[in-house]
Amino acid sequence: MVAPAVSTYLKSRARWSPFEIAFWVFAFATIWLFPGKYLILKDTAILALFALSLDLILGYAGIISLGHAAFFGLAGYVAGLLAKYGIINEPVIALVVAGAAAAALGFVTSFLVLRGSDLTRLMVTLGVSLMLGEVANRYSNITGGADGLQGVDIAPVLGMFRFDLYGHNGYVYCLIVLFLCFLLARRIVYSPFGLSLRAVKGNPLRASAIGIPVKWRLVAIYTVSAGIAGIAGGLLTQTTAFCSLDVFSLERSADLLLVLIIGGTGYLYGGLIGAVIYKFLQDWIANLTPQYWQFWIGLVLVAIVLVGRDRMQASVDAARGYATRLGARALTFSTTFGGTAPDRH
Amino acid sequence: MPILETIGLERRFGGIIAAHGVNLVVEKGARHALIGPNGAGKTTVINLLTGVLKPTAGRIMLEGRDITDVVPHERVRLGMARTFQINQLFLDLTPLESVGLVVSERLGTGADWWRVVGTKSTVTDEIVEILQRFKLADVMHERTAILPYGKQRLLEIALAFACRPRVLLLDEPAAGVPEAERHELLATIEALPTDVTVLLIEHDMDLVFSFADRISVLVNGSLFVDGAPEEVARDPRVKAVYLGEELDA
Repeated sequence: MVAPAVSTYLKSRARWSPFEIAFWVFAFATIWLFPGKYLILKDTAILALFALSLDLILGYAGIISLGHAAFFGLAGYVAGLLAKYGIINEPVIALVVAGAAAAALGFVTSFLVLRGSDLTRLMVTLGVSLMLGEVANRYSNITGGADGLQGVDIAPVLGMFRFDLYGHNGYVYCLIVLFLCFLLARRIVYSPFGLSLRAVKGNPLRASAIGIPVKWRLVAIYTVSAGIAGIAGGLLTQTTAFCSLDVFSLERSADLLLVLIIGGTGYLYGGLIGAVIYKFLQDWIANLTPQYWQFWIGLVLVAIVLVGRDRMQASVDAARGYATRLGARALTFSTTFGGTAPDRH
Repeated sequence: MPILETIGLERRFGGIIAAHGVNLVVEKGARHALIGPNGAGKTTVINLLTGVLKPTAGRIMLEGRDITDVVPHERVRLGMARTFQINQLFLDLTPLESVGLVVSERLGTGADWWRVVGTKSTVTDEIVEILQRFKLADVMHERTAILPYGKQRLLEIALAFACRPRVLLLDEPAAGVPEAERHELLATIEALPTDVTVLLIEHDMDLVFSFADRISVLVNGSLFVDGAPEEVARDPRVKAVYLGEELDA
């Protein structure tokens, strides 16, 4: 009667909490709640997806990156070129292909990134994105160079939903893709594979001493993360029918880290909540002081990082620990497992 | 055929020779202790055996197979697991999750990304057995970081044992365990199944002489004496370099 209790406990972590259900109900409700705000909502959804992809490597595998825009940008151009030259017209398939291209780049570059310390990783990831940006600039006959990729015509999604001027269909499309990618990420982090990533992050020496192929686990998650970042980049191109060199910019990668710092890492919602707060702040402050909005964003960020999130995180952790202990106690009582003297062999 | 054997094992760090011409032979089913004064190279030897360090010369054979060039995690799959002198645990995971991780990895389901943890009964059954054997059942839901030191030490061994090794390397398992928690730990080590060969690296002479049926003494990176406990205890050279006071007393 003991093994089922263990199984129940292990599975309980992956159960959907009321908070999560409420979050997604609200996310989909925004389609009807804020009809005039589709453009910023769509940008928020894309940023959230992009941040989710970084959280997978930063929060779950401890890999820091200052060049995640490389995957975002590559897939952005792939999606644009596929549509422009009519290679793949249907956006969903094109998006998958763009994501796969980014994943392939992630796989190849993972071997560079996995060497060395955090500082090395920052530099290597940054270097890769800078190089890609320069390549896109150099081959302006293909990419349009500094003018951006013009003349992209995106076909209706699934042949039925054309991206309209108000951004309604674009937002719904982004939100659905975000949700599907979130489901995938959620499944991954609560799987045995996800657990092994937490072990690798916590203690790589011990992880390899219990038989975990540390390197390949990191290669795998880096590849997945790159693929999801690519899907975010593809969404941006498809919903704006345009792609420019700034998809590769350092600022994009840096903003992404800020989003995760605001929202927190390692619980999947950090990127989503961070993106909402970031975009809201940006929009709100830009309305108040169009010239100096970055000053206020900076100030808010400093305040959040120094004061706010540590305390918030501490109280969340405390609440979570309390809930876990309650659950564990209930389980222990419900079986004869807890207090009995183990047999000797 | 010995289950574990090193042939002329050598490791240099720059000009320093930490291990030199080590020919260690561990027989199947043995309770073998590797002892030696501080800085004798015991930890270097265990790091060489497990693949954390690469030898500058020599071979390592596990069950007759040359594993000198095999990476650490593959050696675990081939049947050799270790514990660490200083705890190397997953502090944010619970004992249940940590043990589950090891079992899942060994059964080849550790890379499953499409299913939720805890959905394979072959894995959960074995987790329960290991948690009970190592007396961790009552703390299995606690974060490892907050466990008492003695329990952490038990978990340290449990994680290695969960790899189902045929050779288990214990690196000073009793180090730093307070007196009150010591008995539980020693009893657990003594109760390890006899089909698991144990190589114990230890400072504590009480533990060595109560547990080991064979002892190798390492001095200055070389094997000095190798034999049954009584022989080693009687050996005047061993007394001279290392054991002196403790055995005279």
